[in-house]
Amino acid sequence: MAAAIADQAIQGVLLGGLYCMFALGLSLTVGVLRFVNIAHGDLIVLLSFLTLAVCTGLGIHPLLSLVLVVPLSCALFYALQRLLLQRVTGQNPLLVLLITFGIAIIIQNGLLQGFGADTRKLPGGALETATWQVAPGLYVGILPLLTLLTAIVMVWLLDLLLYRSRLGARIRAASDDVAAANLIGLPTPRIFAAAMAVVGATAAVAACFMGLQMNFDPASGPSRLLIAFEAVVLGGLGSLWGTLAGGIVLGVAQSIGGEFDAAWQAIAGHAAFLLIFLLRPQGFFPKY
Amino acid sequence: MLRSQSPRVVAGRAVLVAGMLMLAVAPWVFGLGTISVLTEFLTMLVLALMWNLLAGYADVVTVGQHAFVGIGAYAFYGFAALAQIRPPAAILLAGLVALALALPAMAIVFRLRAMYLAIGTWVVAELFMLVAGKLSAFGGGSGVSLPLPVLRALGARPAERFIVVYWLALVLAATAFFSTWLLLRSRVGIGLMAMRDNEEGAGAVGVDLVRARMLCFLWTAPFLGLAGAIATLQKLRISPAASFSIIDYTVFVIFNVVIGGVGSLEGPVLGTILFFVLREYLSDFGTWHLMLLGALSIAVILIEPRGLWGLIRRRLARDLVPVSHHGSRL
Amino acid sequence: MEPLLSVHGLSVSYGRFQALHEISLAVGRGEVVAIIGANGAGKSSLLNAIMGQAGRVSGAIRFAGRDIAALPTPAIVAAGIALVPEGRRLFPSLTVEENLAIGWDLGRRGGLRVAEIYAMFPVLLARRHQRAGQLSGGEQQMAALGRALLADPRLLLCDELSLGLAPRIVDRIYALMPEIRRRGITVVLVEQDISRSLAVCDRFYCLLEGRVVLSGRPAETDRDSIMQHYFGA
Ligand SMILES: Nc1ncnc2c1ncn2[C@@H]1O[C@H](COP(=O)(O)OP(=O)(O)OP(=O)(O)O)[C@@H](O)[C@H]1O
Ligand SMILES: [Mg+2]
Repeated sequence: MAAAIADQAIQGVLLGGLYCMFALGLSLTVGVLRFVNIAHGDLIVLLSFLTLAVCTGLGIHPLLSLVLVVPLSCALFYALQRLLLQRVTGQNPLLVLLITFGIAIIIQNGLLQGFGADTRKLPGGALETATWQVAPGLYVGILPLLTLLTAIVMVWLLDLLLYRSRLGARIRAASDDVAAANLIGLPTPRIFAAAMAVVGATAAVAACFMGLQMNFDPASGPSRLLIAFEAVVLGGLGSLWGTLAGGIVLGVAQSIGGEFDAAWQAIAGHAAFLLIFLLRPQGFFPKY
Repeated sequence: MLRSQSPRVVAGRAVLVAGMLMLAVAPWVFGLGTISVLTEFLTMLVLALMWNLLAGYADVVTVGQHAFVGIGAYAFYGFAALAQIRPPAAILLAGLVALALALPAMAIVFRLRAMYLAIGTWVVAELFMLVAGKLSAFGGGSGVSLPLPVLRALGARPAERFIVVYWLALVLAATAFFSTWLLLRSRVGIGLMAMRDNEEGAGAVGVDLVRARMLCFLWTAPFLGLAGAIATLQKLRISPAASFSIIDYTVFVIFNVVIGGVGSLEGPVLGTILFFVLREYLSDFGTWHLMLLGALSIAVILIEPRGLWGLIRRRLARDLVPVSHHGSRL
Repeated sequence: MEPLLSVHGLSVSYGRFQALHEISLAVGRGEVVAIIGANGAGKSSLLNAIMGQAGRVSGAIRFAGRDIAALPTPAIVAAGIALVPEGRRLFPSLTVEENLAIGWDLGRRGGLRVAEIYAMFPVLLARRHQRAGQLSGGEQQMAALGRALLADPRLLLCDELSLGLAPRIVDRIYALMPEIRRRGITVVLVEQDISRSLAVCDRFYCLLEGRVVLSGRPAETDRDSIMQHYFGA
């Protein structure tokens, strides 16, 4: 019994790595650009389809296809911010929300139109089934482990970017006080777009690992968004390491609920979120 | 400001009154097919009015409105089919259940600030839907049909039932419209509008804005629940996916209101009419229909955040349905 | 010789409200020019318009022989104008050093170095790794001035350096004016504190409700006349 629970907990922590990946981009959007992107999950799913197209088209491994998909995704997110979202930033923030809502529905239905409703998976080859025996009777999938490690590296890199680089300082400055940034000559529209491009990079990596580990279809976006949102809120708005913690908590809750069935898995995740949120509304590591 | 009525406003109000009269005599004029579409229209109108009250006046954008529609549907089934209470009473009780469950939902989501609240409502809705799928008495994940006796209680023949459900929907829509109008003309409404328009008098009006926003949130719940019960009478079955449909009860509704015009009473009416007109022509296009609505709503936000009604309103001297005491504002 | 900065027929409006009515002025190389005026006279609107950040703007703004009225703010800063905004406006979650670095980053990358700013304001050196939001008002003003100087401006616009600061602190900040001048930086000083700005400037302009009502040299202008124009009596 104890061994079974320990096993579930470990699987949950590993799953949390994937959820953290979903959430990192949203965490940045919320913390820096100060809006919630309702299309975040759908953009990830869109990128999963793009990755699928690239790796079947060129016959390469999904992880290798990142070389192509990450820059494409950065360009997509950059353009999205610069051409569309920037037009309403600084006005009522709810307008941004509604625009991303429109984008979400367009992506979902565009994918449905283009790819049909079938569920898909990225071809991971031997990586999908490889396991590592941690202790007698306790196996850990190499892919989930790789996902968690990648997630940790991503948090670390983003932290460096935000707090140790020139771009990071500019991003934080523009986010602190846009009007002041404009007054002293920071090109804030370009800075926000650059921040969104960084979000795009995380989304592309998340899309790849998601597609390797779970099925996806054109309607998968919203559930990814909700998980990402929950991880961000649990971690504390704007805290990257908090987002990692939030993702892991959700992963463990879901993994334990998943002992029963898929519906309980989802219920357990949402219920854990609401419960912890009621007890600690400011999140684990509040920044603001 | 001019006190005389401008001809355009008179004409607009004439159209509005004519529309209401048409709805009042519809059962004697139209065939059952049209009546069924009109019932659906009235239900959608209620949802649009409620979303508009929250997003357009109370600064609460919800993406989880379908939660209360679904709760209304399930509660109605519980009272009418399981407890065998007469349908009219069961419908009213469904509205009450929606209100009762809105309290804990509110306690959770109102801890989140503006934009986060939107997704918070969605999480709550998702949870309600998942739990509904676990209720075996309500057919579990696949749902269950309304038993015949419930339907019989509304009318012996299907044709009669169509008419009865139409009347129910009309009464609900009329109540929703006029009571919301009165709410907006009350001190609460004036306070909310002052806040929304960033007027300096917002504090001076002396309305507790947090309470006012909560009141609006609770206000919408019973109407959504009642709409859910009536939608169930039309669809004749409940299921988690259909009764808690985010597409039908939230996505379309948001598009309708955004396109028609957030923050006015005319906007949701206009948007819902436009939606049904578009649907007549576009339903064959399926996914294109939704993509078009999505693109249209983005375009509207970029061009005129007050929607089509905002565009029309520029050419009128005042609102057709005046909600604020200071008349023309825009 | 053409003045370093010349403003001609400049109007600024916010919505229906017009804050500046076709004002004209000129600032020569190496001058310190004060803009004085009561609350709401339009002083900040003037500086913000020069930076390309006021509401609707019409009129001509020429700087170092170029028309800059239509340039985006980053290009204006790169051309050699830096602003110390009203109310400091440091980025509160960035450290002092990061705030200073942003100034360096935006400017022409010559002139003063961060180390020299620390030499001017030793308190900032001690607090370089603290968040700007935690500094006192005077320290923030020093950092804001440092941020602007690091952009290596030819023209420095200062909006109410003395706002909300103790006289002793204001003295310390104004004590740097000779040093700034010596480096060949032209200065436009906006102040409500008339005596303070008249003491350091070569010339002044007095604004009243968006119009220039008086200009001249402090030594040649009688004090009562200035006060009358200042208050519009
Ligand atoms: N962004 C804005 N929107 C609307 N009105 C503005 C805006 N900025 C300034 N104003 C108005 O323009 C007028 C001039 O303002 P400005 O800030 O330029 O004056 P000022 O001389 O700098 O005053 P102070 O000494 O108070 O700083 C004021 O009446 C002010 O209310
Ligand atoms: Mg000022």
